[in-house]
Amino acid sequence: MLDSTRSTSNLSYPAAEGWNLKPVTAFSSFCRSSIGKKFIVAATGVVLILFVVGHLLGNLQIFLGPDWVNGYAEHLRELGPLLWVIRAFLLVNVLLHIYFTISLAIENRRARPVSYKKKDYIKATFASRYMAMSGLIVLAFILYHLAHFTVRVTDPRFLLLKADPLNRYDVYSMMVYGFQNIFVSGFYILGMFLLALHLSHGTSSFFQSLGLNDKKLTPRLATAGRVFAWLIFIGYTSIPVAVLLHLVKPAQQL
Amino acid sequence: MNFKLKVWRQKDPKTKGKLVAYEATDVSPNMSFLEMLDVVNERLVARGEEPIAFDSDCREGICGTCSLTINGEAHGPDHPGAACEVYMRRFKDSATIVVEPFRAKPFPLIKDLVVDRGALDRIVQAGGFISARAGSAPEANSTLVPKHEADRAMEAAACIGCGACAAACPNASAMLFTAAKVSHLAFLPQGQPERTSRVLKMVTAMDAEGFGNCTNTYECEAVCPAQISASLIAKLNREYAIASLRRNAGE
Repeated sequence: MLDSTRSTSNLSYPAAEGWNLKPVTAFSSFCRSSIGKKFIVAATGVVLILFVVGHLLGNLQIFLGPDWVNGYAEHLRELGPLLWVIRAFLLVNVLLHIYFTISLAIENRRARPVSYKKKDYIKATFASRYMAMSGLIVLAFILYHLAHFTVRVTDPRFLLLKADPLNRYDVYSMMVYGFQNIFVSGFYILGMFLLALHLSHGTSSFFQSLGLNDKKLTPRLATAGRVFAWLIFIGYTSIPVAVLLHLVKPAQQL
Repeated sequence: MNFKLKVWRQKDPKTKGKLVAYEATDVSPNMSFLEMLDVVNERLVARGEEPIAFDSDCREGICGTCSLTINGEAHGPDHPGAACEVYMRRFKDSATIVVEPFRAKPFPLIKDLVVDRGALDRIVQAGGFISARAGSAPEANSTLVPKHEADRAMEAAACIGCGACAAACPNASAMLFTAAKVSHLAFLPQGQPERTSRVLKMVTAMDAEGFGNCTNTYECEAVCPAQISASLIAKLNREYAIASLRRNAGE
């Protein structure tokens, strides 16, 4: 409001200077802009949400018996090089999602060097304000989870498991033995709780970031996003809970 | 009514500021918040002390000059409305009220509760205008605007540029402001010739000023005295992505 021409000359606005940018420069300036970064975070987030849904559908086959889960795992292994392409694609998405989020978070911190002595939030949800925290704990969980079930280095008992009658990995028993440990299940449920918290904001948020939102859709998407996130939570946690309650028993004894 | 005030006092941009306690006694419940500050200031002047510096102009919620964060909420507890539209009856008697300026790096503090919001003006200067031939008003029906579009443009044009969106945002992002200014012209036929370059230039200006980034908390629309909807930020994102694609294609 005051003294509006104060520092105009000190600031350089790239877009105002070089309107006819070469395509490569134009794309990189998109990726460096606030909205471009949000776009990348949202787009990679969509990929990760689809993975979370797909992974859940795979896991829930534990309730259909060892044949289903072991067969599903075998199918994934049979993909061979394609499996590695998918893994690499997911890894790139995770890295981009984290890199741009951290870059945005650093800018956000710098944008308010003097904080309020008293600050009240009216509309911002807990989940929306602590996305970085929930995200980083979920990342820590994913690293442990990969070491546990994919690389299989945390539980020596997994090495003792024999192949199932069709000579496939006995993923079913591995899941059951893994979750019989109360601490493993506890960390898993905590990880899923924070994932659900992350998704309760993220699932509706990506529509806004990608510009696919409008006044009528916003509240509906917010509700749908929350319902989706907690369904994901129920779906994933049903497995350790069922194992701990002995509703699902291992297919082979160690 | 009586209140305990805790007001941010800071002599100049370089000095360190702090919250200072004041007693506001015999306040009429029908005073506006700014009138209450006027009374406190009169008593400070009578005692030979430096009055509290704060911004105000129209005092009827249309100019966007007042810029107080009252009890941690931009423009105080009475949303939607500017700080000048908050009445003392809104507070409990003998309550403690914390008064701080709008805080964001692009809003450098000048004194006490006064901040420089020139950053918002510079975003508008980067492209928030149309290049039209000056002169007498054209014939009213020469450019037809559907009622629906005119209404949507008017909703966005209601922004008074107070900066409460950036002040309330956990990230000090001014995206609601920029979204309102970009959308207002993008809805109208007069805004079409510069539609692509406008959004690119205004977003670049916004980023260059050092505002934070939107994380879709919608805290901005909760405090906006003009009730600008955060769905306009989705429109801004859309406009920016399409404009970037068009620039990539060399259009």
